[in-house]
Amino acid sequence: MESRLALTVDGEEHTIEVDTRTTLLDALRDRIGATAPKKGCDHGQCGSCTVIEDGRRVTTCLSLAVAHDGASIVTASGLSDGDLGLHPMQQAFIEQDAFQCGYCTPGQICSAIGMLAEIADGSPSFVTEDLADPPTLTDAEIRERLSGNLCRCGAYVNILAAVRQATQHSDKGAA
Amino acid sequence: MTNAIGTSTARVDGIAKVTGTAQYAYEHPFTDPVYLHPVQATVARGAVDTFRSDKAESVDGVLAVLSPWNAPRLADVSDPELSLLQGPEVRFRGQIIGAVIATTPEIARHAQSLVEVEYTTDDHDTVLRADHPDRYPEDDPQTIGDDVDEKLSSAQLVIDQRYSTPEEHNTPMEPHTAVALWDPAEQHLTLTTATQGPHSVVDTLAPLLGLEPQQLRVVSPHVGGGFGSKAAPHGHDLVAALGALALPGRAVKYAVTRQQGFVFVGYRSPTRQHLRLGARCDGTLTAIDHESFSQVSPAGTFSESASSISASMYAADARRLVHHLVPLDVPPPHWMRAPGEAPGMFALEVAMDELAVAAGIDPVELRIRNDPDRDPATGNRWTSRRLVECLHEGARQFGWRDRDPHPGIRRDGEWLIGTGMASATYPHVMSPGTKVTIRHDGGGRYTVRTGAADIGTGAWTTLTLISADALRVSRERVTMEIGDSSLPTATVAGGSSGTTSWGSAIVATAEAFRRQHGDDPEAGAQTTGGVSEDPLAEGYTAASFGAHFVEVRVHPGTGEVRVPRMRGVFSIGRVINPRTVRSQLLGGMVMGLSMALHEKSVRDPRFGHVVTQDLATYHVPVNADIEDMDASWLDETDELATPMGSRGAGEIGIVGSAAAIANAVYHATGTRVRDLPITPPALVRD
Repeated sequence: MESRLALTVDGEEHTIEVDTRTTLLDALRDRIGATAPKKGCDHGQCGSCTVIEDGRRVTTCLSLAVAHDGASIVTASGLSDGDLGLHPMQQAFIEQDAFQCGYCTPGQICSAIGMLAEIADGSPSFVTEDLADPPTLTDAEIRERLSGNLCRCGAYVNILAAVRQATQHSDKGAA
Repeated sequence: MTNAIGTSTARVDGIAKVTGTAQYAYEHPFTDPVYLHPVQATVARGAVDTFRSDKAESVDGVLAVLSPWNAPRLADVSDPELSLLQGPEVRFRGQIIGAVIATTPEIARHAQSLVEVEYTTDDHDTVLRADHPDRYPEDDPQTIGDDVDEKLSSAQLVIDQRYSTPEEHNTPMEPHTAVALWDPAEQHLTLTTATQGPHSVVDTLAPLLGLEPQQLRVVSPHVGGGFGSKAAPHGHDLVAALGALALPGRAVKYAVTRQQGFVFVGYRSPTRQHLRLGARCDGTLTAIDHESFSQVSPAGTFSESASSISASMYAADARRLVHHLVPLDVPPPHWMRAPGEAPGMFALEVAMDELAVAAGIDPVELRIRNDPDRDPATGNRWTSRRLVECLHEGARQFGWRDRDPHPGIRRDGEWLIGTGMASATYPHVMSPGTKVTIRHDGGGRYTVRTGAADIGTGAWTTLTLISADALRVSRERVTMEIGDSSLPTATVAGGSSGTTSWGSAIVATAEAFRRQHGDDPEAGAQTTGGVSEDPLAEGYTAASFGAHFVEVRVHPGTGEVRVPRMRGVFSIGRVINPRTVRSQLLGGMVMGLSMALHEKSVRDPRFGHVVTQDLATYHVPVNADIEDMDASWLDETDELATPMGSRGAGEIGIVGSAAAIANAVYHATGTRVRDLPITPPALVRD
């Protein structure tokens, strides 16, 4: 069974007919050609497929494309503006060498940006000490909130450093 | 002279990777591709009796169903791992016995489930035991020096213990993927696949497929990790190629699922090890007896030779090393980061910690006392052996001095605190045979071409730096081309040999270019060269060394182990790119922590398959598992090893790190764990 849906991906509108069994990730990769989100497990266990959908980080392998009709999706390819250069998170990942093979990286970067928004919104995590107060951006909070994004190359030390660098950048109002 | 080597340099492929535009195997543009999903055996040993595909073939969108009988025939069936769909035999559960190719991945997957297979089955055995009746020694025992049994019987101190390491899977983040396209007019196959060595794929697959090497091109510019599992072609490459031959002109995409990645793309065999150390009261080793066991498959006999590590690590009067292989009905084991060294060093370095306790000697001092002047295995001189300096520097960085050796006495609230250390080594491997073409593009710009692979190591960048210095230009003037078998032949990214082997070939070719074209070459001037033999002089042994220092916290109520602090100091020769080398060393240490505390493939003996076949049940570290960890290195150069002065750095980080954690757990708790991974049941207390 096929179904028609509309998706805005990195600012570009697409209308596609998909087999209703198609995941959002496969629709992006196979039908639209948006291959920044990666398939690492297809079960929501590794985070490589993470994108930002309507402002929130989402693992695209875990839901069917037809459930996202009308959604606006930003992948790691859509974070960088051709004129303004890389997103500060992307720049920080390069400078801190926060990846090796690069396969989990687009997901890590989308996840990190989504994570910072969640902290800014006051959402607590498992390691937030006082649920009554807004969470603060401790190393423990960053590590905990990025633990849904696996990196088999083991770049975690540098991923933490990159997130730190990017947040310092945004503190100066440049993000 | 330029000095690109040694300058911390951002990856040249960095922008492509952070924007998600670097193309991995699945992501190259293909016109109207089709999708393959395999049929896998549901028995561990036997034969396919009947293979009924009519229901699958009747599904709209199914283009072909390959069976053991109708698939294209191979020209050479001597490789049991890759001789797939050539007959009914089933050698392990999950073996590929068929394939469905369809217009969408959803249709292929559904149709595959409609294939009906019946088998004749034989009894199977998938359990590694040191006393397995079918075990056999890989080689005669390696005996060096005096008689081991005599030295052990006269030793003042003896450590006699058994150790084990589990089956582990490489699980790179990019699952293996192969896309095959057969051009019938040109009689040419293009295989876009995730590999650590494009030319090795050609060398292996072309003869099987009955092709001349020039009829097969392997494309692999970006690879999402390998850790050994992409060092050789596996079943998915072969089946994608068979699919392409069955559907000429169509690009056949086969993306291995994460679950299939726990079956037929290689894994680290479990090991069983028996170590006996004999020593004098002062800790001086008199005997090392290291016996190990690993499993092999009827489809492949890769040997996880754990005992080899004890050949050169420490001085001893007598030494005996032997490795046994146990044939089981399992998929073929293969390379996984530091094969042999990683599990072997776990056993040796835990045994050394036990000896330090027995002798009442600081474990750092024990290693220093047993540091050999020459390679004990051969009597060779070392090109450079600076393990002792790594130990001293690591101890200084970590604050090891004044450590109280008594176990189980330090507490922070409910948590028990301990520290531990271990040494590391990895042999220097130079694989001759790489060819390089250097072309002057004009204006002092050069293109350097070789079929090397960057699996996350940083080779795109490292080889750019080596080329820049060799050509005496700035790195901005060098364009590298790698990752394609249409480039000059290159050896595999494995055995920590990539930078050594490819870099040496670049340096040699740059010298040949200057001899041929002078210092002011014309645009278009080009030279192809390479290195045909290992330049290491007779009578020398080269190896990398290191020292790990670890602090752990163990909760006696839950058995949870945390690693708040970990330091590694390494001797790896001259560092080409500090930024990427630090990442590689840290990555190795993370994988060592993972080996110590997380990873275990649980193979169900009733059915013969790994049940922990995804990233939720096969545990690897997440961000929250890694706290204060750092890696550094001695400032040095080893020009006896390579013209760059460098040695291998890709694997040494995982060697010894698991032992350092186990030793710290002992110091925290007083419980000696000799079986990995260290999980709560071993540590929880009433």
